[in-house]
Amino acid sequence: MSNYAIELRNITKTFGSVVANKNVNLTLEQGEILSLLGENGSGKTTLMNMLSGIYKPNAGQIFVNGQEVVIQSPEDSKKLGIGMVHQHFKLVDIFSCADNIWMGVDTPTYNLKEKLHNIELEDNTFKSKFNRFGKQLGLVFKAMGYHIANAFLAPSRNKKIKSIIEKFGFDIDPNKKVYEMSVSEKQSLEIVKVLYYGAKTIILDEPTAVLTLQEIQKLFAILKKMKENGHSIIIITHKLNEVKEISDRVAIMRKGEYIDTVDTKSTSIQQLTDLMVGKKINLQINRVQSDIAGPLLEIRDLSIKNDEGAVAIDNVNFYIRSGEILGVAGIAGCGQKELCEAIAGLRHIESGMINHKGESIVGLSPKAIIAKGISMSFIPEDRLGMGLAPSLSIADNVILKDYMGDKWYNPFVNRKIARERATRIVKELEVVTPSIDTPVRRLSGGNVQKVLLGREIDGDPNVIVTAYPVRGLDINSSYAIYDILNKEKQKGTGILFVGEDLDVLLALCDKIMVLCHGKVMGVVHAEKTTKEELGLMMTGSLDLSESKHKNYGIAADSNIVDPTEQVTDSVEGGENDPQ
Amino acid sequence: MTHNNVRQPLFQISKRTEQKKGLGILVNLAAVLTALVLGGIFVACLGYDPFKFYAKVFAGCFESPIYIKLLIRTIIPLLITSIGLSVAFKMKFWNIGAEGQILMGALSAFTVSLLLKDSVPSFLGILIVLLSGTLGGGLYGLIVAAFKAKFNTNETLLTLMFNYIALYIVFYLLNNNVKFFIAAGNGIPTFKLIDKALWLSEIKIGDLSFDTSLFIAIAIVVFVAIYLKFTKQGYQISVVGDSPNTAKYAGMKVKRIMLRTMFLSSAIIGLVGALQVTGSAASHTMSTGITNGVGWTAIIVAWLAKLNPIAIVVVSILMGILEQGSNVARSAMGISAAMADVLQGLILFTILAFDFFINYKVTRRKKFALQEASAPTTETTTDTDKDSTPQLTNENGEENNEVTEENNMTCDQSINEIVTDNDKEGKE
Repeated sequence: MSNYAIELRNITKTFGSVVANKNVNLTLEQGEILSLLGENGSGKTTLMNMLSGIYKPNAGQIFVNGQEVVIQSPEDSKKLGIGMVHQHFKLVDIFSCADNIWMGVDTPTYNLKEKLHNIELEDNTFKSKFNRFGKQLGLVFKAMGYHIANAFLAPSRNKKIKSIIEKFGFDIDPNKKVYEMSVSEKQSLEIVKVLYYGAKTIILDEPTAVLTLQEIQKLFAILKKMKENGHSIIIITHKLNEVKEISDRVAIMRKGEYIDTVDTKSTSIQQLTDLMVGKKINLQINRVQSDIAGPLLEIRDLSIKNDEGAVAIDNVNFYIRSGEILGVAGIAGCGQKELCEAIAGLRHIESGMINHKGESIVGLSPKAIIAKGISMSFIPEDRLGMGLAPSLSIADNVILKDYMGDKWYNPFVNRKIARERATRIVKELEVVTPSIDTPVRRLSGGNVQKVLLGREIDGDPNVIVTAYPVRGLDINSSYAIYDILNKEKQKGTGILFVGEDLDVLLALCDKIMVLCHGKVMGVVHAEKTTKEELGLMMTGSLDLSESKHKNYGIAADSNIVDPTEQVTDSVEGGENDPQ
Repeated sequence: MTHNNVRQPLFQISKRTEQKKGLGILVNLAAVLTALVLGGIFVACLGYDPFKFYAKVFAGCFESPIYIKLLIRTIIPLLITSIGLSVAFKMKFWNIGAEGQILMGALSAFTVSLLLKDSVPSFLGILIVLLSGTLGGGLYGLIVAAFKAKFNTNETLLTLMFNYIALYIVFYLLNNNVKFFIAAGNGIPTFKLIDKALWLSEIKIGDLSFDTSLFIAIAIVVFVAIYLKFTKQGYQISVVGDSPNTAKYAGMKVKRIMLRTMFLSSAIIGLVGALQVTGSAASHTMSTGITNGVGWTAIIVAWLAKLNPIAIVVVSILMGILEQGSNVARSAMGISAAMADVLQGLILFTILAFDFFINYKVTRRKKFALQEASAPTTETTTDTDKDSTPQLTNENGEENNEVTEENNMTCDQSINEIVTDNDKEGKE
């Protein structure tokens, strides 16, 4: 039998009547990096959770280093040298890096009962009984001493953590508190943690989803070093270019089933996609041509505070033209949410202007802003939070914005319109649902987002602000959403697209605005820029907006008439107006 | 092939994918029956004949017209209060202050009655008294909502505390012999009777006479059912209850909706107090025990009925029967009237427990999986293939054949065993 680090045979896992994994076979060789590739819901994480002891398989066998094992709990998995870094970090915020690591260290059990039992009675004299009692007492004290000693942390711990950090080139400080850490530091900490526990096999669940390009490169360097040191690594992802870059082999899963394992060198991105999706798919996102016209939404010197009162958007200037998609790139939490909310009238503006077709919309109610044809859809991490009422039916959700109707004196909701509209949206956007009366929370992520976007578009808006519309969606659903946006763009709608995936932003948008800590780092043409440039701007290393003249981000043909200021064309920094 | 060490449960539990109509009613009926059986065992343990007890409970409610009238009198306050609570609960505003709101409604109705005496025509007077009770309860609830809107205070704690404020105000009036409210006399202080002109009369239909409050209750149930289901305001309540952020985003004024809804909820509950004062149920006067614990029971009723107005009617009647019947059984058999509470508790308990059967189905593990292994998949998984999870299932026939071979060898593992970790479900 070959000596695989991990071998899975015929693993099946069901949740209720849902089959998450079906007869999955997988091998991980010693000292290799294996990519586990698959769309959302293809069962990657479930499979790995069976290795990390969170789930138990319904059927099938697991071999670790050639030995068949049964993993009943995360402790079992730890003992077998398997460590998993989950997509959502499992850290205590107020603890330091080192405390988080020590927290999980087990105290080896001291089996006092057994030891006491092992003392044989020589003969039945009082003396030997007395002797036995003495020995037992001694053992009890010893056990107490053992536990007291174990109550304190081993003095060698700091050294061990430091040596791991240095060995693999991590960039973290053991004394830093978790809440002060950036996402990439937290991830490093999770990896150090599993290494500290002695993991030989490390599983990373979508590690790159939250990182910037530069951080991803750093992570990959670390992973390569770990591989040199004999660790075996499984990395779950659905980003194909990363698969090509980092892994030795790629295992592909589709709809709960194992499809194939291929050598990375001998495969192509197109082949991988075909295996992953199961049919030929056109990877090209089209940037459709449309007639770009005058600015629809203009934002000047806008400053917004976040919920904690800190500055979220700092003196920002930009505009959206009719018939263009303006992408917004930036690390999560650098003002995207606040910006969207401010445009939709949901957040107070500290200073500045938001003008729609030359009229200020600052201070208008959300309802008045909706009436002007400005649509905002924000998909938060939990995907349901804003814009949809999860327990209400699709029909009830699609009338959310105009349930009041024209006749204010009519006390009843017009459910006829609701049903017609819901039926139309379900049909046009191919929403998979048992009926239009199904509560939205019962739908899958992609369908929820289709309902939300469908409603926004149904109102025939002239400005669409959409944040993370493809968040968590698989390839097919994502493309459906891109198509929707492109169609709207051709109709002459101005679209602000807040995105995560730089590849998508580059392919879909006309221009990309980069935010870093609430400041605009620059607006660049998607055709003329590169991912590296965007990455540098996102981290604040490159600022195209500075040292330029003061009209950066102001349209030449602005609708805002400002007598005190000569509006000049802004031509530099990669930004060229179509005029 | 080695046998897997994973434990195979005798019963398999899986989530229901399709909700069958009527199933809920059936399950709840079974739950109530179970509770009655358990209650019967309890009665038997106390040394009484459970059959006789239940017969008495039933007879005590329906034996004679007077019992039926008493039963209706027990049910009405409970019904109106539950309906009132359901309005606030629908918005996920946890109003547990019905006791206080009833007391305040009663107190303001009582005060107005004492002021009015017989100065206005009877009909108008009663109308004014009922309205003042509604207003009293409504404003009392509005205070809590205002605090929540302004300072985001916890409404559960505040409504709870407001119960005691109301109760001790009434106690204060009584114990300090406040002249305006207290009847003249030397004995233990009691509240005055309200003027006869303001007594809520009975309505005669044929030979039968019904309390006017019965018709008011029916009107309120119909109104609330329509209000919550079909009106714009009802829609707003659903959205605010489900997701305040979404409501804000849709341009709803969440705070105003919250104030309005809580006022409506506690106004309906306040009306209960006014009806008690003017009606014959509380002998046309105020008392500290005027609520009869209805404010608490109503929370259970609204919750058991899952805020469905029709279900609230059914549950209120059931609870009323238990209450009234147990009272009669006490006087007839000497068994404590607290049996009503025991049974109410048991019903709540079993209905909550039986909820499980609405959301999940339980199937027994098949012992002879080997014989069935020739079928590619088992019952549960075939269901899946057909309807519930299209995204997992469009594998083609060839693969199924391969799987079958595997199944023949490892059938007892790969087949039909569903571990009970429903809580982990849906993570992937």
